[in-house]
Formats: sequence, C-alpha cells, structure tokens
Amino acid sequence: MQVIETVTLDYRSYLTANEIAAIEHEASIMETREAAGIEALKVVQAHRGWVSDDSLLAIAQLLNISTAQLEGVATFYNLIYRQPVGKYVIHICDSISCHLTGYEQVLAAIKNHLGIEYGQTTKDGLFTLLSNVCLGGCDKSPVMMIGKRHYEYLTPESAVAIINGLSVNVDTQNVVAEKVEIDHE
Amino acid sequence: MNNSGNQPLTGLVDIEKPLTINDYKARGGYIGAEKALTEYSPAQVLKIVQDSGLKGRGGAGFPTGMKWSFVPMFAPDDEQAPDNKYLVCNADEMEPGTYKDRLLLEGVPHQLVEAMIIAGYTIGANKAYIFLRGEYHLAARRLQSAIDEAYQEKWLGSDIQGRGYHLDLYVHTSAGRYICGEETALINALEGKRANPRAKPPFPQVSGLFGKPTIVNNVETLSNLPHILKNGVQWFQQLSPNSDAGTKIYGACGRVKSPGLWELPMGVTIRDVLYGHAGGMQDGLKLKGLLPGGASTDFLLPEHLDTPMDYDSIAKAGSRLGTGGLIVLDDQNCPVAMVLNLMRFFAQESCGWCTPCRDGTPWAVEVLARIEAGNGNAEDLDTLAKLCDFMWIGKTHCALAPGAVEPLKSALKYFHDEFEQHIDHGCCPYHQNATGGH
Repeated sequence: MQVIETVTLDYRSYLTANEIAAIEHEASIMETREAAGIEALKVVQAHRGWVSDDSLLAIAQLLNISTAQLEGVATFYNLIYRQPVGKYVIHICDSISCHLTGYEQVLAAIKNHLGIEYGQTTKDGLFTLLSNVCLGGCDKSPVMMIGKRHYEYLTPESAVAIINGLSVNVDTQNVVAEKVEIDHE
Repeated sequence: MNNSGNQPLTGLVDIEKPLTINDYKARGGYIGAEKALTEYSPAQVLKIVQDSGLKGRGGAGFPTGMKWSFVPMFAPDDEQAPDNKYLVCNADEMEPGTYKDRLLLEGVPHQLVEAMIIAGYTIGANKAYIFLRGEYHLAARRLQSAIDEAYQEKWLGSDIQGRGYHLDLYVHTSAGRYICGEETALINALEGKRANPRAKPPFPQVSGLFGKPTIVNNVETLSNLPHILKNGVQWFQQLSPNSDAGTKIYGACGRVKSPGLWELPMGVTIRDVLYGHAGGMQDGLKLKGLLPGGASTDFLLPEHLDTPMDYDSIAKAGSRLGTGGLIVLDDQNCPVAMVLNLMRFFAQESCGWCTPCRDGTPWAVEVLARIEAGNGNAEDLDTLAKLCDFMWIGKTHCALAPGAVEPLKSALKYFHDEFEQHIDHGCCPYHQNATGGH
C-alpha cells in the first residue's frame, strides 16, 4: 500500500509576526484576500530568499486560498523563486537591444567566471544566474540586475569586476538575497 | 508659472533627484488637478480629454477620451451605481526595446500622481493602482515617496483639497510577466491570479477589476493630463504639426551613436529621430532595418526613413507606431538571429492559454533556431509563413501572438535573401561580424 505523506502546518508558528503583518497590510488594500497572493509570495521571498513548499502552504492558509491555486500563481511569474537561490541573483537581460549590443559575450564571461549555467548557484552559495526579459535599459545596453540595482553599459570585463566587487564585500552574516538592498541614490 | 513648454512630459524630469511636491508645485505642478477639481465637473473634464485628441501611448493608440466614455456614470443616489470604480495605471513596461515610461516614473513621479487624480475624478474612481513592473525598484521607491507626500498635502485620501473627492492610490509591484501589459491580464494579476487575458466583452470599462468599472491607461498617456487641463485643448493640439495631437517620447536603441529618449512633436520622421537625435549608425555600420515601436511591430527599411512617426503614417508604411521606440538593426547583425531573439521572448512570455500562441511561438523558435544554425531547409520558410497565418489576429485569445508575428512576417518579406542564404550555405553569413550569439 502506498502512503501519501501530507504536511500539516500552522501558519501562525511558521510565518514571523513581521511577515504576517506585511501580508495583512497588502490584503487590507485589496477587495479580496486572494488578491494579496502575489504580494504575499514576494513578502515571504524578501524575508527568506525564496518560496519553499512550506511557505506556500502557510501563505495559502493565511489567505484562505487553495495551495494548488497559489502554486499556479507562484510558478506563473518570473520573479518568484520556487527553488533556493544564492545571496545575489544575477538577472542578465537577454532581450533585443542587449542582443544587438552583445550581451552574449557578457553572459559567456559571467558563466566562465562563476562556473555556472543559467539556473545554477555557485558552490559558496553567493551567486545564482538567471536570464531576464527586457530590463528597460535599452539605451544603456547590455544591462543586468542584481538585487535591486541595475548595471548598465556592460562589457565582459566590467560584469566580472562587478561580481568580484560583490564577492569581496560579503559580510559573514547570513543575509538572504532580497535583503541585499543596494541603493541607487 | 507655465512650465509645460513644448516638452510637457519631460520638462520637469530630474533623473538624479526628482522634484518634491513643493518644488513640483512651484514649477506649475498640481495646477491641472486643481483646475479639474475646482472648475470642471467630471463630464466637462471628459469632454476636454475627448476634444484634445489624446490617444493611448501604450501601443494601441486608442483615443483616451473615448475609452473613458464607456465607463457608466451614475447619479449619487442611483441604486444601480456600483460601490466602486477603479483606475489603474499600466506601468508594466516590458515590451522589449521600450524604456520611456521608466523615465517618467523615476524622473517626475508627481506628474503621474497628479494625472491619476484627474483621471480618477473624471471616471468617478475612489481607488487607484499603479501596476509597476517588479524590476523597476527605483521607480517603486520614488512613486511611494511621491504618494506619501501627496497624502500629507491632502492631494490624496478623503476630501482632496476640500473639494469632496476621495482617492486612494497604491503601488502594486508585479512579479514579472510580459502578458501583464495586456489590460485584462493586468486586472487578473491585480486580483492575485495568473495573468491570462480575459475574454471581451465584457470590457473592463464596464466590468473590470473585482467586477467593477475599470480604466487602465499607460503611464505616458496619463502624464499628458495635467498639461492638457492646465493649458487647454488648443495648446495640446498645436504641439504637433499633424492630426495626431501632442508630443511623443521617442527612443532609439541598438548600435546607433547616441541611444536615448527624446520628447518630440507627434509625427516627426523616423529620419529625424534616428539621425537628428540618435546620431545615426555607429561608425562602420549601415542601417539595415528597424522596428518602429517595440518588439511587436513590423520591420521597416531605410526607404521608410521619411515616414512621420504618427499612428496613421506608420500604419500606411506597413507597421505600427507601438511605443515609439526604434529598435535599429545594423548591417553587421543577422536579421534571422534578431527575429529568433524576439520570438524566444514571445515564446517564453506566452501565457499558455490559447493553442496557437502556446504551441506556435515555440514552434517558430525551433524553426528559426534551425535556420540560424545552418540546419534549415527550403520547407522551413513555408512553415514559418504558415505559422504567421496560424497566429494572426482573430485566431488567438489576445494580441500577444499577432504581435510576435509582426517582426517575423515582415522579416520574411524584407530579408528573404538572408533567410535563403542561411539555408543554401548551411551557416549564418553574419557569423564573423555579428554581436549576437552563435
């Protein structure tokens, strides 16, 4: 007989008070609790780096929507990570202006430097490499986004230098990806 | 105090440090909203916007006043009246080669807040959302800061400026999908759902967000409103020498000398944008073709350079004005590789709802990749032509797949020889020169 294991989880002990407060705020400005689903996924991802199965269950419970429906939403959107990611997620723009101005060489240099392909994370847990559709920096291409910062006019050399700069500045605390807010101003 | 000038949209842009509410007001800001709320009824503002001839700047070019006129209006005591209506700003700028809204969002956020007060007042919305793409982090922060200031100064919230109008404004950052730019898909995303476009009718103006009357307008479209209200219909129309009123933020990217954005009278020629403002092609390169308004528009050729960049003229030349951002193809980059890059984008971003798009776009990618790699055969060109037909208007659920067809179909027409060379020679003839991936 095959036994299907089910997970029971109480969101109140799983989600932190901060996470619950942030999600409840999002729910309060929408007409339905369901409408806060995407924001809730982003809230949890901001605190934990990615959205695990347990996180998904907890959010679905808190917002009173089905887990399957929330999973359908979570996997639909590009910026929700359903797998663990590194401290820095490198989003390389692979759309048309970056193509015309040579992002492929930048990508090759990054892959070669970090020894990873798209979707992979370096062994030290620092960098994950992902593609991104047009980042809206077409007049400054090629471009990439790491954390909340956009990097423009990339060359293979400058991209590797930016990544090296981030690895040097790593502090020893266990900081998750989205918490690394690099200010633009 | 009239700071609208002949570049009203970008005149107050400061990308380093956008104006605070007091500085924005000192430069003529919130006068348009003040006029709307104090001098005009919603019906009168609607008439002004209709008379102005403002058309949607998000790509479709639909007259804004007409769109608004479909929203049902009710007397305050009407039992049929819905308990709310919604205004949504479409700031989900994800069309490849398009970066104009970002300039307005990051550079002059108060202009958009003011615009949304005017639009919300006109259609009778008490709640508004800015649907912002998730990657625009700087814009999110600056918009929120502007909104906070506007609440403090009583330009948002209950009883705005003592005129009895109530509007709450929120920023919603998307989790990233191109299809969210389609207005009914955007509404589904705002409701926390997968962003599949809805069947129409009902149109959002009647039944949109949470089943209530909803207007969705692009950032650049809305940003015209404060200036139209402040300076009037005639002023707006004389900004442009031709029948399409106002200015347009044009752009050029690719291997041109000075890529960028320029607010110019609606209807300047492609030549003026490309050579007068973008400085022409980089040294050693020649112009081979261009997409006039984003990834989902048909190629035009050097022979079309003197076409005015307004809705009708670009349509007559066989393409669409779209977002007004030129994507320029040079003679050292491969047109097949360019179309392959575009088609990969559309295949990835297809929402998967209807079969022609879900299966057609990846099929086109497969065939294009084969040709680009030098493994194509003569039948592949027929297959691509058939796919263009299968994915054309009327055969799909929304405009995504027809948009994907536009660059492909026009490339098959204009760059037929290049496609055949790939097949005949069994390799990409641009291999040595192109920046693209091989």
